[in-house]
Amino acid sequence: MGWAIALHGGAGDISLSLPAERRLPREAALHHCLQIGVAALKAQKHPLDVVELVVRELENHPNFNAGKGSVLTSRGTVEMEACIMDGNSKKCGAVSGLTTVVNAISLARLVMDNTPHIYLGFDGAEAFAREQGVETVDSSHFITPENIERLKQAKEADRVQMDYTQPIQKDEKSESPTGNGDSQIGTVGCVAVDKNGNLATATSTGGFVNKMVGRIGDTPIIGAGTYANNLCAVSATGKGETIIRGTVARDVAALMEYKGLSLKEAAAHVVECNPRGDVGLVAVSARGEVTMPFNTTGMFRACATEDGYSEVGIWPSVQD
Amino acid sequence: MGGWAIAVHGGAGVDPNLPQERQEEAKKLLARCLDLGISALRSNLPAIDVVELVVRELETDPLFNSGRGSALTENGTVEMEASIMDGPKRRCGAVSGLTTVKNPISLARLVMEKSPHSYLAFSGAEEFARHQGVETVDNGYFITEENLGMLKLAREANSILFDYRIPAVGLESCSVGPPDDNLLAMNGLPISLYAPETVGCVVVDSQGRCAAATSTGGLMNKMAGRIGDSPLIGAGTYACDLCGVSCTGEGEAIIRGTLARDVAAVMEYKGLSLQEAVDFVVNERLDEGRAGLIAVSRNGEVACRFNTNAMFRGFATEDGFTEVGIWD
Repeated sequence: MGWAIALHGGAGDISLSLPAERRLPREAALHHCLQIGVAALKAQKHPLDVVELVVRELENHPNFNAGKGSVLTSRGTVEMEACIMDGNSKKCGAVSGLTTVVNAISLARLVMDNTPHIYLGFDGAEAFAREQGVETVDSSHFITPENIERLKQAKEADRVQMDYTQPIQKDEKSESPTGNGDSQIGTVGCVAVDKNGNLATATSTGGFVNKMVGRIGDTPIIGAGTYANNLCAVSATGKGETIIRGTVARDVAALMEYKGLSLKEAAAHVVECNPRGDVGLVAVSARGEVTMPFNTTGMFRACATEDGYSEVGIWPSVQD
Repeated sequence: MGGWAIAVHGGAGVDPNLPQERQEEAKKLLARCLDLGISALRSNLPAIDVVELVVRELETDPLFNSGRGSALTENGTVEMEASIMDGPKRRCGAVSGLTTVKNPISLARLVMEKSPHSYLAFSGAEEFARHQGVETVDNGYFITEENLGMLKLAREANSILFDYRIPAVGLESCSVGPPDDNLLAMNGLPISLYAPETVGCVVVDSQGRCAAATSTGGLMNKMAGRIGDSPLIGAGTYACDLCGVSCTGEGEAIIRGTLARDVAAVMEYKGLSLQEAVDFVVNERLDEGRAGLIAVSRNGEVACRFNTNAMFRGFATEDGFTEVGIWD
């Protein structure tokens, strides 16, 4: 037993030929966020605080699909959503449809702590944000040139892109990226456990490129993209509609609880049972174990455990 | 074993002082909905169609808390939500924050079938509704005198409490029952002001296909934008190969307990029967929360359980069993 932490920056069809100028900043961000999380755990911060602060960091980073850098709706706007859950109490908070709140995950935490509700959406959530005095900005703050380009590509292809997809190829057999090159960004999330077995999870996202205005994905749905109880904490990423139907995050815990599977077995099973290319997740157990399975081409991820193990990766590692 | 089965509900957590004529009205409505469902099943309509048409009926009648007759937000408006799930491929659709759509459950079905997504909310959902040409009305249509009255009392009682296990100050002034009933509360509201959240229907058809549908106006005096369990797949609604489930009660407790999914999960992972699963989930997965649920299995069984004082419910199975009830 001991503390453990895992975080992700999204799963999807991340090209193996991702150019260095796209890959390195993301790897650096994963390292950085991991360090922040580890330092917080070493300083005995509660996992709920740890996951919130790591996700805030990921939201602020423009290269991930959350907060600044969120993908755009079909209207070219951002609608952000997030969710946080505490394992022991199963208290949780979720928000959707945010357009001006700098850190959606912190608003989700306030819903959990300061209201009798779990989930607030859209205008009601924005009004609550103002009431709580959280930091808000003009929504143009969140929009990046890369995402404007991504939306343009998606509209041209007239299809909805996943968190992580290749740029639309004219020649489908070609592996090389097109002009812009990079549509590789995704949901962010973090799970953590301290040495006392306290567990927490947090997930945040801008959703799908070119999504319909008002579309809600798996992230804010307890049991789908986010779940924690006294056995484990899970944050999922990938195709939202699949994760909802598959109740992915809850199923990892349910397999542990009802079938006695280990964290690794449960997580691997859930990922395998969902359509290939659709799902990835990070999870930790009360016993300090960590796992990061995915059935997509890649998943931006990082983890560390108290015994000194740490890993930062994008594609499947050699031993997988 | 085998054959079709249907269950409907009109919410859990009922004012013990509910006047007799209201109780009769409720039972008549439940019976009427069962009959509608039964005719549809006998005409071989698939489960997914049956749950939708039954919930439409429940939404249209102002008696229960969904569609017309929905509970009101803190602003005196109506924000409706619903979800529907089709067992065979676990297709699902959900909507939240509807203000003009006459039948939220049908919009949820359209999200499932006519959009690339599973869940649409607020203005995006309303826009989708117009695009799809569903029937819309002014928000005032959904608001009843009675609910306006309840909202006023709820505001006066200042009664959504953060810790809803503690009876509210001033509770006594708005409850009309004998002293014990002053302590009976659901989700922070005294029971006399609580509009039992949601209506729902679960069906297994004669081919063994399960489906579930849930619809609600939500919690009386809720914050604008509050989303409860009803539109959340795995919380208020779930259907798969094995079963169909619809929940009602304290939304936040149902979400934390992922109630609907857990019924199926314990059947799948622990091999429990439908009734065992339903009992287990209500007994073990609610902690201090109060809720109820109805469920059907692919084998034509029907089950129900609630840890509230009462739940408006009705069941029927192909072998002729039918029952409508309110109290324990």
